[in-house]
Amino acid sequence: MTTTASTTAEEKKVATITLTIDGKKVEAPKGVTVLEAALGADIYIPTLCYDPDLKPYGACRLCVVEIDGMRGIVSSCTTPAADKMVVHTETPKVNQARRIAIELIMANHIGDCLTCAKNQQCELQKVARYLGIEQEHFDRLRKGTRVLPIDKSHPAFDRDHNKCILCGRCVRACQEIAGVGAIDLAYRGYAAKVSTFGDKPIHDSICESCGECIARCPTGALVPKRTRQATRHVKTICPYCGVGCSIYLGMRGNEIVEVQGDRESPVNKGGLCVKGRFGFDFVNHPSRLTKPLIRKEGKGKDIQVNGNFKDIFREATWDEALDLVAKRLNQIKEKYGPDSIGVLSSAKCTNEENYLLQKFTRAVIGTNNIDHCARL
Amino acid sequence: MTNSIADVGKAELLFVIGSNTTECHPIIGRLIRQGVKFKGTKLIIADPRTTELAKMASIHLRHKPGTDVALINAMMHVIIEENLLNKKFIQERTEGFEQLAETVKKYTPEMAEKITGVPSTDIIKAARMFAGVDKAAVLYGMGITQHTTGTDNVKTLANLLMLTGNIGREGTGLSPLRGQNNVQGACDMGALPNVLTGYQAVTDQEKRKAAETAWGVSALPAKPGLTMGEMMSTKPGSGVKAMYIMGENPIITDPDMRHTRQSLTNLEFLVVQDIFPTETAVIADVILPAMAYAEKDGTFTNTERRVQRVRKAVEPPGEAKADWEIITLLAEKMGHPFGRKNPEQIMEEIASLTPIYGGIHYDRLNGYGLQWPCTDRNHPGTPFLHQGKFNRGLGKFHAVEYKPPAESVSSGFPLILTTGRILEHYHAGSMTRRSEVLDKLCPNGTIDIHPEDALKLGIVDGDIVAIASERGKIEAPVRITDETAPGLAFMAFHWSELPVNVVTSTASDPSAKIPEFKVSAVKAVLAVLDRASQDNAFFARLAENPVEALKEYDLTPEEKAAIASGDIRKIESWVGKLDERLKKWLIARLQQEKW
Repeated sequence: MTTTASTTAEEKKVATITLTIDGKKVEAPKGVTVLEAALGADIYIPTLCYDPDLKPYGACRLCVVEIDGMRGIVSSCTTPAADKMVVHTETPKVNQARRIAIELIMANHIGDCLTCAKNQQCELQKVARYLGIEQEHFDRLRKGTRVLPIDKSHPAFDRDHNKCILCGRCVRACQEIAGVGAIDLAYRGYAAKVSTFGDKPIHDSICESCGECIARCPTGALVPKRTRQATRHVKTICPYCGVGCSIYLGMRGNEIVEVQGDRESPVNKGGLCVKGRFGFDFVNHPSRLTKPLIRKEGKGKDIQVNGNFKDIFREATWDEALDLVAKRLNQIKEKYGPDSIGVLSSAKCTNEENYLLQKFTRAVIGTNNIDHCARL
Repeated sequence: MTNSIADVGKAELLFVIGSNTTECHPIIGRLIRQGVKFKGTKLIIADPRTTELAKMASIHLRHKPGTDVALINAMMHVIIEENLLNKKFIQERTEGFEQLAETVKKYTPEMAEKITGVPSTDIIKAARMFAGVDKAAVLYGMGITQHTTGTDNVKTLANLLMLTGNIGREGTGLSPLRGQNNVQGACDMGALPNVLTGYQAVTDQEKRKAAETAWGVSALPAKPGLTMGEMMSTKPGSGVKAMYIMGENPIITDPDMRHTRQSLTNLEFLVVQDIFPTETAVIADVILPAMAYAEKDGTFTNTERRVQRVRKAVEPPGEAKADWEIITLLAEKMGHPFGRKNPEQIMEEIASLTPIYGGIHYDRLNGYGLQWPCTDRNHPGTPFLHQGKFNRGLGKFHAVEYKPPAESVSSGFPLILTTGRILEHYHAGSMTRRSEVLDKLCPNGTIDIHPEDALKLGIVDGDIVAIASERGKIEAPVRITDETAPGLAFMAFHWSELPVNVVTSTASDPSAKIPEFKVSAVKAVLAVLDRASQDNAFFARLAENPVEALKEYDLTPEEKAAIASGDIRKIESWVGKLDERLKKWLIARLQQEKW
């Protein structure tokens, strides 16, 4: 045991490298990129195409840095960090390259920021501000006003190519994370855009609506329909299948307005499927039961109910409803014995609730007639 | 799962059987895809349907529904025959190998081909591939368990893993993919007729004693109770008189809907505790409004045995109460106060009574939970089971013989119907059908039919067909797809307006009592034809077998000629106005006939 522990510690030692970034000594695990080493040491480098969950791509050219001993400028997201490396993240050369890169991106980006769903959460805004870009810098670069139609075919989100900066995060998320590959970069030069196979609307493609692309889009090119910004987030577990993805419910008042995957979770590592990401609004659905209901006298059980609950049931207080349940269960238990009562628990409910219901069945009613839908 | 979800990414080979993982467990499906696409993970799929994973698999064993035992036995036959087994593992950790070897001897790939429909060469290839790697894991879903031989199926898969030493290590193991957020937890908590919490048998006096002391009761019942299907029995002298149903919708989810409805309406008293007015709630005597997951605190246990915290985010609507609170109040009303404990305190009670949850305390669950067995406060949890030793000591090979499913095709019911889920919806649909995006993405259900069958039935994509079994009949739009197999139809059960469980059978596994949802013998007919045939015996016969109909009925030569030539106007003058779609169908049918 001791040997293993010491080897691990030694390995750890070997696995750490030290580099100098902007004059600061930085320790980083072996195998990371220069960008990751900097971010890990709280040194900001602007990026648009970088995503910690995706392979390095080197498309946006914003993360360029100068490294002693290397010629010119290099993209830090694709350069592996090495021991004793000396990195400069803000030099005149670097700043000039970044400015050109972002001006070219902004020149093709429609700037209706105030009404954009991504306003104040837009990474392009953030980077532009960081680099101090002004309107006149890129006005001369504008190539007329080509306006592409917005793809509104999907019930969950819209795709606005006019706001797309071709960082490829959506394409890579669809490929690397979802493993679907519903979209890719198509066409060349100025005409380049993210496209489905045959440039069909996204709803008619093989898209599985998991929304990993939306979660990663740095701009307003991919936004959920009817976006409403959450004001707080609550960590919990997805209510659908048995995988048990960890999620954050985005809350606004008493309403769930979005769901985010939890990146730290060992179960889903931030990933979600279509149900987990978009199937949250049932909680606030108007047909929720809000009051105990008791069947009216003489209402047979064979009648079809088409939303006419009120004709068959009357509202009751909790006291009245629970008294009735207790009375009837006691009567039936007395008349036919405890084994004449059956209880179905729920795979939708919590452990604590399942525990209590089986305790109720066994200790209060006095039968082992308890089951749930594990078999269905 | 014996192992963890992360192990899916660590296996060299994944054998997925009876699971449409990318639709039913998308996040695990994703791990499989990533493995195959980026890491070179080998993938064997056994499924009667060509699922998405089947399309990317190294081998797709497209066996007939309910023939899993024959298929796996034949794979083991090859592994033993070609000496590809893990002798060390068998010798040190198992017993009963000789019996298994004896049993699988007759399951030659050729014999299995006859039963399963899978080419013997594919069975051999799959067996060699499975035995040829160091780390292989089996993932299965309800395609394995929803059979009259469900228990046998699982035992056979366990045999395969033990035979090759693929258990008790990382990246291996037997992984049932549980279908609902807390189905694992509901089982762990003893919401089953034969066990208390943590799978402690109700027949074990000592375990009962511990619960009796903790719960302050004198004698807990020792006899195992009834399963769901047994409670719903309509046979005289069986079933129950009253039911309390929390958060379930058996009308939609249980097999043979007419039977379910009848047994629930027969009850003297029915309580339903739910968040929506479900199809089951409608026939209740009392409905109690409950809270949804986002409105309460608690824990769920996922498919890899990980107990995780659920937290309150929303205030409940109206007077809805948490299920735990309702039960607490009801117990009080019935003269047995539980003490007003909150979820955290309830978990302390669970931990004190449940060895495998002994170390589960809320203050330890703030990160990403703990995987049971977790026996005390310092126990780190268990990512994979059976390391070094099985619970019972030696792993036992259960030699299992193939038994055919309860139903098979006949001339009256020539198709096998199998049911399942789709990506966008979930179970009875009470949640997903009320979610705007999900319902818009997939508003209607379909019955999937293979092009070969569609051709025989004279139906095209989008036609409405009547699907009938001995139990009942429903109508559904058809989707023609080669994702299913010839002779096999598929339907999901999410739509209350398309309740496929009208036709499914209650035949179930003798020990696990799981209904055989995956095999129902049915008949599919163009719906307008079905209706017309009901009103008119001559027409029914004509549609079924025109040549014979002409012989059986006393027709004039002129009438016969009109039928043979497909003169619809004449035919209509005898049988009445025909639906446009039916006219087309009839013309095509009569043209097919060799007169």
